[in-house]
Amino acid sequence: MTDLPASKVDLKSVISAPSRVDNSEGMSYLQSVPRRLVTLYLPLTIIVVVLLFPFYWMALTSVKPDEQLLDLDKYNPFWTWNPTFKHFHKLLFESYYPHWLWNTMYVAICATVLSIVASVFAAYAIVRLRYKGANLVGGLIFLAYLVPPSILFIPLATVVYQYGLFDSPLALILTYPTILIPFSTWLLMGYFKTIPFELEECALIDGASRWQILVKIVVPLAIPGLISAFIFCFTLCWNEFIYALTFLQSTSNKTVPVAIVNEFVDGDIYRWGSLMAGALAGSLPLVILYAFFVEHYVSAMTGAVKE
Amino acid sequence: MADVAIPRAKPQMSEASAWTQLKYNRNWLGFWFMVPAMAFLIFFLAYPLGLGIWLSFTDTRIGRVGQFIATENYEWLWDDSIFWLSVFNTLLYTFVASAFKFAIGLYLALLLNEHMPFKAMLRAMVLIPFIVPTVLSALAFWWIFDSQFSIISWSLKQLGLISQNINFLGDTTWARICVIFANVWRGVPFVAITLLAGLQTVSPSLYEAATLDGATRWQNFRYITYPLLTPIIAVVMTFSVLFTFTDFQLIWAMTRGGPVNATHLMATLSYQRAIIAGQLGEGAAISSAMIPFLLAAIMVSWFGLQRRKWQQGESND
Repeated sequence: MTDLPASKVDLKSVISAPSRVDNSEGMSYLQSVPRRLVTLYLPLTIIVVVLLFPFYWMALTSVKPDEQLLDLDKYNPFWTWNPTFKHFHKLLFESYYPHWLWNTMYVAICATVLSIVASVFAAYAIVRLRYKGANLVGGLIFLAYLVPPSILFIPLATVVYQYGLFDSPLALILTYPTILIPFSTWLLMGYFKTIPFELEECALIDGASRWQILVKIVVPLAIPGLISAFIFCFTLCWNEFIYALTFLQSTSNKTVPVAIVNEFVDGDIYRWGSLMAGALAGSLPLVILYAFFVEHYVSAMTGAVKE
Repeated sequence: MADVAIPRAKPQMSEASAWTQLKYNRNWLGFWFMVPAMAFLIFFLAYPLGLGIWLSFTDTRIGRVGQFIATENYEWLWDDSIFWLSVFNTLLYTFVASAFKFAIGLYLALLLNEHMPFKAMLRAMVLIPFIVPTVLSALAFWWIFDSQFSIISWSLKQLGLISQNINFLGDTTWARICVIFANVWRGVPFVAITLLAGLQTVSPSLYEAATLDGATRWQNFRYITYPLLTPIIAVVMTFSVLFTFTDFQLIWAMTRGGPVNATHLMATLSYQRAIIAGQLGEGAAISSAMIPFLLAAIMVSWFGLQRRKWQQGESND
């Protein structure tokens, strides 16, 4: 029935099976080492190097002295032996950078907290209260997720202007939740669905109100989901560009991405060092946050797609 | 059955306790719980969406309330070659970038799904381009693609492949290639990690069974992996297409639409016309022109989701 090589292999695996730990290499013993080198490690190395090279380049540029940046013939551009913190010094003490960093953080945290609170209520109502039309509202929220900021920024600019919020961080704090609420509601709905109904029934019988159930049972059980949603929303806020570019005007009010593009890009030929230092300093907080919560981050990303 | 048990229990509860209808009726309670989220979405999403379409039929400028001018903005755009160029650029950008993102993303997901040392760390590293704010990595690319001091030009010159620096962002073709490359670079981790999550749900016993029956690696992929992954591919790619189509920040940080409008997307053109030139009405018309394309993408997503439910054997919920 089966052809010869396959059955041989099968036999081998059956024999060695009991001695193998469960999460062993699976079927990969079918491949020889040289073959794995060419089909797996080589392409993987190339892709990872390409993916990470811009960050290496960013970091290297930010510590290179100016003359080495522009003289590619005398110095090897891929390394430097005399790193300098001049660019960072310029960034921290001769520009508004700390201010911008603070603005970004402030806006991101406020908008994230607002959205998560709103989303917890909305997700709980849609999944567990099941009021009339809950499914329809769930669908509409999913659609809201698909409305991109690039088609909203023009009318939103007029709205923001009418409400007198122009050039104020409040404009961003109030508009970012439109991006965050659909996403985090959708994510939290998935988490709330996994909490057993019986827990809530018990609490209802013991006389708990819906509010008590939400605060004392559902939210504590959904903490991993909340962390995921929080981190992902925070990253989205930090990354947001077009609203911040449109709604903010004065230099000191800007967020990091907008400020770097608008304030650091000037005619100076020696701008690269401080530009890259600014980009690096603006990315590091997110990368550090990500390093601590990789699992939550990935589950947020895949959870939103899966649901 | 749990669904049935709850509604029966509820009315008795609310009779037993003396609370008002507003506090216990599930519809009212649901309404109260929805208020914060709905307030945000109505005031800052639904209303501006409608307002944007309305603005596209007016000649509003910054600081001046507009008059209704029917479809004049659209007629004007119809004859505007820059607008059509931006439509072409957007479609080119979206199709080419999405195709590459899908191909490389799927390939990377398959590679990461193999057993190897430092697997968790590799996966974490791969996602970094997606974490870092787009504008900041776009600036790094701007520097990498600099006309004079580009590291790529330098390396190619050292290797003896070219004799002169490549004018990456100054030449129309090169500029398009560069922004597409940067977009693919940023999008691949997202596609790869989400598809990897899908791959991990595929049972290894299927591959073992197929291999026993003599299936090659390609057949394993074609007849097991790909069909099982189709639903998640549909969703991921819809998101990817949607966000590529409406991309703004990458272009704005790298080229601002130049050289000679070769990289102007609809989003960047609408920003330029509406905010920089002050023609809000015209800008709104450009961004409203994106809506039909987005609706098409959403339909694809919708049917992708439907199919997913059907494949899981889940009844309509």
